[in-house]
Amino acid sequence: MTVAMVLGLAPGCSAPAEPGGGSDTLRIVGPFEIHSLEPTATSGFFTRLEVAETLVTADVEGELVPGLAAEWSSSRGGRSWTFELVEGATFHDGTPVTPDAAVAALETARSDEASPLATIPVEQIVATETGVRFDLTERYLTLPAVLTHYSAMILAPASYDEDGHVTELIGSGPYRIEHVELPGSIEVERYDDWRGTPPEVEHISFQTVTRPESRALMASSDQADVVFHLEPAGRERVEGTDGVSLVSSLQPRTIMLKVNGEHPVLGDPDVRRALSMGLDREAMAEAVLREEELAATQLMPPSLTTWHQPDLEPLAHDAAAAREVLESAGWSEGEDGFLEKDGERLRLNLLTYPDRPELPALATAIQASLKEVGVDIDVEVANSSEVPLRHADGSLELALVARHFALVSDPLVTVADTFAPAGSDWGVDGWSDPRMSRAVDELLGGPAEERAAELRTTVTTIAQEELPLIPVAWYRMNAAVTDRIEGFVMDPLETSWHLSSVEWAS
Amino acid sequence: MSLGRLLAGRALQAVGVAVVVSALCFLVVLRLPGDIAYRIAAGRYGYDLVDAQAADGIRAELGLDDPAWQRFGQWLSDLVRLDFGDSLVTHRPVLQEVGYYLAGTLQLAGAALLLAIVIGGAAGTLAAQRPGGVVDRVTDVWIATVRALPPFLLGLLLVLLLSVHLGLLPAVGHGGSTTIVLPAVTLAIGLSGLIARVTRDAVVEVRGSDYVRFARTKGLTERLVLARHVARNAATLVVPYLGVQAVVLVEGVVVVESLFSWQGLGHALVHAVFWRDIPVLQASALVLALLIVAVNTLVDVAVLWLDPRPRRSEVAA
Repeated sequence: MTVAMVLGLAPGCSAPAEPGGGSDTLRIVGPFEIHSLEPTATSGFFTRLEVAETLVTADVEGELVPGLAAEWSSSRGGRSWTFELVEGATFHDGTPVTPDAAVAALETARSDEASPLATIPVEQIVATETGVRFDLTERYLTLPAVLTHYSAMILAPASYDEDGHVTELIGSGPYRIEHVELPGSIEVERYDDWRGTPPEVEHISFQTVTRPESRALMASSDQADVVFHLEPAGRERVEGTDGVSLVSSLQPRTIMLKVNGEHPVLGDPDVRRALSMGLDREAMAEAVLREEELAATQLMPPSLTTWHQPDLEPLAHDAAAAREVLESAGWSEGEDGFLEKDGERLRLNLLTYPDRPELPALATAIQASLKEVGVDIDVEVANSSEVPLRHADGSLELALVARHFALVSDPLVTVADTFAPAGSDWGVDGWSDPRMSRAVDELLGGPAEERAAELRTTVTTIAQEELPLIPVAWYRMNAAVTDRIEGFVMDPLETSWHLSSVEWAS
Repeated sequence: MSLGRLLAGRALQAVGVAVVVSALCFLVVLRLPGDIAYRIAAGRYGYDLVDAQAADGIRAELGLDDPAWQRFGQWLSDLVRLDFGDSLVTHRPVLQEVGYYLAGTLQLAGAALLLAIVIGGAAGTLAAQRPGGVVDRVTDVWIATVRALPPFLLGLLLVLLLSVHLGLLPAVGHGGSTTIVLPAVTLAIGLSGLIARVTRDAVVEVRGSDYVRFARTKGLTERLVLARHVARNAATLVVPYLGVQAVVLVEGVVVVESLFSWQGLGHALVHAVFWRDIPVLQASALVLALLIVAVNTLVDVAVLWLDPRPRRSEVAA
């Protein structure tokens, strides 16, 4: 009996095999952990679960839509922005969402260097009678898009201690916190005073399960309703299970080779094009990501609808042409099959990191693919911090990295950083092009939509021709979803999990 | 050895272990590849927000550019004042953080050990009733099988059987009354084999001793002989062995915690190494080391109580 008590098996304690609650609870499982309640460090959990809201948010297409701000407008040529708060919004502790509370939350978020808000050229943020006004030192047209980032969430004043640290997460969304146990579990319940349409699902539990095989087992044995991120083996298991379906969408993330444009060999655009032609992307995507369609044909994935150019000539595999280009650049085949020039072999270091398990596998696939062309790639798997460090000291040759292009809902913010003329930690290295810089600057200036579309085409076309970053593959995000629910949508930008619009299947 | 001397010796040992373990942890983290500030930034904000700016912010905030000996000295002097500091990643006090994970590990290890003693002890005692008999041979097979199964595989098999096919228990998780069963059973099955083996041998040895034969000659029933003479004498052999097992258990806990998403010290340790969360790493390693000292102390005290005869060697010395 003692043993039974210890194990919780005593009569009355034998709960059904359901973590996180009974049948009125929607059970979400994912691999990510919640490390902190600090907005910048929440990885978006509380905005995805619709506990906290931002002034502006984005819909599934990435279009800006009202959050806590009903409308917004700019003046002084984009150097002042006013956001009018919606009426009747209250925090979960019952206090109203006031302009002062919003300003305080934004100021706290802005002081965190990692937040995209830290890059806004703010002169002051002031509370008006009915909203918030940003006075900026320079024109900044992507401000509303930056405010969709989760670190810009507006929390009640009672959330913070005197040092500005969040001790309790009091938001204003349709769900409020019932219980948080860092790092692995969150339970939320419907907030009955929510100003909008009340959601049907009353309780939601989120549980962190880091091992992919455990997640797949939970999805296929009805121990979770939505399971995020299944690996290929798990996907097959779920596809063979009744009552569960797989939902997926392309993420705005690209795996690419970051190339040192000042390298004596890689500085030649012809060499970069040859390397690109040497990559058998489809075979790599099939072998490593188990999906041929994930082979990148250009830098921007199709999920970034305004940036992806279907008419652009796709990057294709042509080993023979690659070899020709290299030979006309003065390289000739040496004794061991690798190309050489002046007795020096064409040997390049390829740096990558294991935090995304597919990266080292893809790096070795690239090594094999380029060997066919006569290029000797030396794969080095190191810490991810080596990429920015070697970028800074100029010793980087090639790095295989994964770049997310929509950290805030408007990819322009990330694109501008990626192609910054001075280089970027996770973008171009020692490469700049005045045409590119002009196009990006003009886009940041907020041209009319027709002109903006032209400029975006210019950016993607230059990127495709010059290849300062060589695209390798895109990413797909997937989830196993039970048939118990209806109306689940996958947001490629992961701004929200949109659970407030999910309904129980009748 | 008197109880007082024993405890004083162990206390001294604990202090020594504390200093050595924390110094080693500090050195190991310094030797790990990669820039500490970037790792902490990745732990805090997720990879997508990590850039030179975020890393510089962390470097300035935490004084990572100070010389290493200065930072270690600071930590030691804080430790003397029992101030463990805050986690570099979560900002929460280390004591609170490690306390939470320690509770998880103790719960799991305690349940597993108890279960292993019950299963292993019963099987060993039964097998010893007739050495070479059917029960003894079945126990032998059991011991060999569970020793050969790594906890990772055993855990997955149990999940497939009890959770996926029979739907009796949740596959993974922490919290709720039933989530502990699978990880505890996984650990306990692995442990029970050796406990059964040692118990069996101890019981066989004690049963063959003169005092047991004398007790039988006195006319005591077999049950009384087992309870009064065999159990206690065999325990003096089995208990020190359990101490060793508790140490092995700590290792197994790391794998099993990860498999079942159980929040324990193993989990804390792995993440602290990953995110270079030095205060949490030092505190977790320290707690684990002290736990082992504590288990050894408990074993010594238990043996002293089970076998109160003065130690001959010490008298002679």
